[in-house]
Amino acid sequence: MIGIATAAAIMTGMALLFAILLAIAYRFLRVEEDPRLEIVEGMLPGTNCGACGNPGCHAFAEALLRQTAAPGKCTVSSPTQVDAIARFLGVDAGVEEKRVARLHCGGGYGLALRQAEYQGYSSCRAAVLVSGGGGACGWGCLGLADCERACTFDAIKLNDRLLPVVDVDKCTACGDCVEVCPVDLFTIEPLSKRLIVQCNSPLKGEAARKVCSVACDACGRCAADAPDGAIEIVNGLPVVKVPSLTSERATFRCPTCAIQWVQGNQFADDTVAPLYEGGSIASAILSAHREDERASRG
Amino acid sequence: MTGLLQAIRKSPQPTFHHGVHPEENKGRTNRLPVARMPFVGEYVLPLSQHLGAPSPPIVVPGQRVERGEAVARPGGFVSVSLHSPVTGTVKAIELRPHPNGKLMPAVVVQADPFASQRDQFPAVPDPLLSARETVLQHIQSSGMVGLGGAAFPSHVKAKVPDGKRVQFAVLNGCECEPYLTCDHRVMVENPGDVIRGFQILLSLVGAERGYIGVELNKADAIAALRAAVGRAPLPIEILGLEVKYPQGAEKMLLDAIFHREVPSGKLPLDLEIVVNNVGTAAAIAQYFDTGKPLIERVVTVTGDAVSRPANLLVPIGTPVSAVLEHCGLRQGEARQVIVGGPMMGLAQKDLDVPVLKGTSGILAFTSETVRVQAEMPCIRCGRCLDACPVFLNPSRLAMLVRTESVDELERYHLLDCFECASCSFVCPSSIPLVQLMRVGKGLIRQKKSSK
Repeated sequence: MIGIATAAAIMTGMALLFAILLAIAYRFLRVEEDPRLEIVEGMLPGTNCGACGNPGCHAFAEALLRQTAAPGKCTVSSPTQVDAIARFLGVDAGVEEKRVARLHCGGGYGLALRQAEYQGYSSCRAAVLVSGGGGACGWGCLGLADCERACTFDAIKLNDRLLPVVDVDKCTACGDCVEVCPVDLFTIEPLSKRLIVQCNSPLKGEAARKVCSVACDACGRCAADAPDGAIEIVNGLPVVKVPSLTSERATFRCPTCAIQWVQGNQFADDTVAPLYEGGSIASAILSAHREDERASRG
Repeated sequence: MTGLLQAIRKSPQPTFHHGVHPEENKGRTNRLPVARMPFVGEYVLPLSQHLGAPSPPIVVPGQRVERGEAVARPGGFVSVSLHSPVTGTVKAIELRPHPNGKLMPAVVVQADPFASQRDQFPAVPDPLLSARETVLQHIQSSGMVGLGGAAFPSHVKAKVPDGKRVQFAVLNGCECEPYLTCDHRVMVENPGDVIRGFQILLSLVGAERGYIGVELNKADAIAALRAAVGRAPLPIEILGLEVKYPQGAEKMLLDAIFHREVPSGKLPLDLEIVVNNVGTAAAIAQYFDTGKPLIERVVTVTGDAVSRPANLLVPIGTPVSAVLEHCGLRQGEARQVIVGGPMMGLAQKDLDVPVLKGTSGILAFTSETVRVQAEMPCIRCGRCLDACPVFLNPSRLAMLVRTESVDELERYHLLDCFECASCSFVCPSSIPLVQLMRVGKGLIRQKKSSK
């Protein structure tokens, strides 16, 4: 009986001691923190995507309080959420132009020449190591969905031609796909930039057309049709110098549909050519991909 | 009775730890003497076919070049010259398919069908009488690189950095890759060249003793080399090594010969040893004998989709398709073409790629040999651990690659992997381990460059 009482007394004593220590520490060692930080962080989406340029939502919240960033920088929050943060902090929302990831390759299944069949670890980054995948074009999309897996917001889905389609409504321009693509096919562009060059191959003329039916062969018609200096051919590819072109005239004479006037999602209307036999193969591969993925997640 | 005891006591043949025993498959070509590949119409010479800086071209389209004339100069110290293998005209300098799967800048030479293509080259000085710097410069301008596969410039290896010294020089005649027999034939047919080239290398690095490591499945090569050394009393020893893959990797070879391990991230030079390939030694000797730069090399062409396998002396730049056609490629049956050995070589998508200085073999297989097996889950059998010659844990590394744990990959010494593919070879679940290792190295590189 005595034993139990001693134990209880010791435990109570220790509890009291530590409680006092904690109280002292709270009194003298506390770090002053802006109480708004927690609230602002709670208002942010918490995806830590990095699209705002900060390492995560906490760092962005700190930047907001320091007023070195505007709430509009957060591309994940809806305009109402941004407004709510701006009102709470009493600052200007600083509306940013919406930016999205754009793919610079249109050479999907049935359009770009496939020279060989790739077997091995199903990942673009692995395929690019083996003779650059099976495609004849060394710059084109490998179609093994590394970007689809990397996308935090489920904004990328492979279409029937095994080309990744970025859903502009879901895309937050975080840049994960830009980083993961081994052939650097993604760039982040303002949504208002409608002229998109869907090719990344520096090849010119016959050499380019030989490997892909939708390759840019650097004929220069788009540059000639655009207002002076708006498009320039650099390294076998057109570079759109003026992002806010309002006319789609530059795309009219493109012989391979490599330069496109994009409103909304890319590859929305696949009018280039009807899917011939390649189509069924592509969808078979696609379903195999999805199955693999389910199995690996399973 | 004493004989039996001696046999039991006899120490095992020298070799390294771990490793695998793939089927050799050398029987179809190891007795075939080296034949000459006929000249073709067009030669493609990629400017980057050695380790190091690409060589800038020194010719212009339309210019006439002689057989053995330089078309590109070294682009730095770790770089070599490039020569036209034929007399003809420079057709273009443009992007052409390279065996690494990319399009790379290359000099395209159109052969002159009326030229004699004789071996006529400017004279070079005697390497044993000239100054060391002159000899090294000549080796660089002869375009010499390691012919074992990695194509590392030979003059860089032969130049011992200040403050370092070299005690031993080693020639690598293991040829542990299955199917390949090009080094074997060079040792059997030109043992004199191998020994003379080795002598030049020995004197360049100032080594006191030389060793030639040859696997015991090449008894005729060992005998030929011993006979060639026997004529001149040199401090060169020929060692028969147990047949095991990847003995031809230089770090494994040093383990086999000296029982010493090259520390992680270090080079054989840190053990005061240099290693060269036997083919390189022979090519160096031939260069100093005749002035012929590196414009041809012996390539083994074999595999079950080839009806006339051969060891061919192929001019550098010959399209792989032409070589395969010459050897009777079974069109329609060939399923996979590999440039290099079956373990470390690269599968090709385009057969118009040229033979490079580092191309040791061209293998064409039918679907019978190319077994495609679905990847199964890892069953933790540990066979990859027993196979890995550098004592890594491929199974663990593969998992770390799949989860992209880059820091962990470095901590598990992924960068020590030299992609010998022993782990993939033994994996009963057909996990593409070596490919995952390569992906992992890419991840580490990406992380380092983004820092």
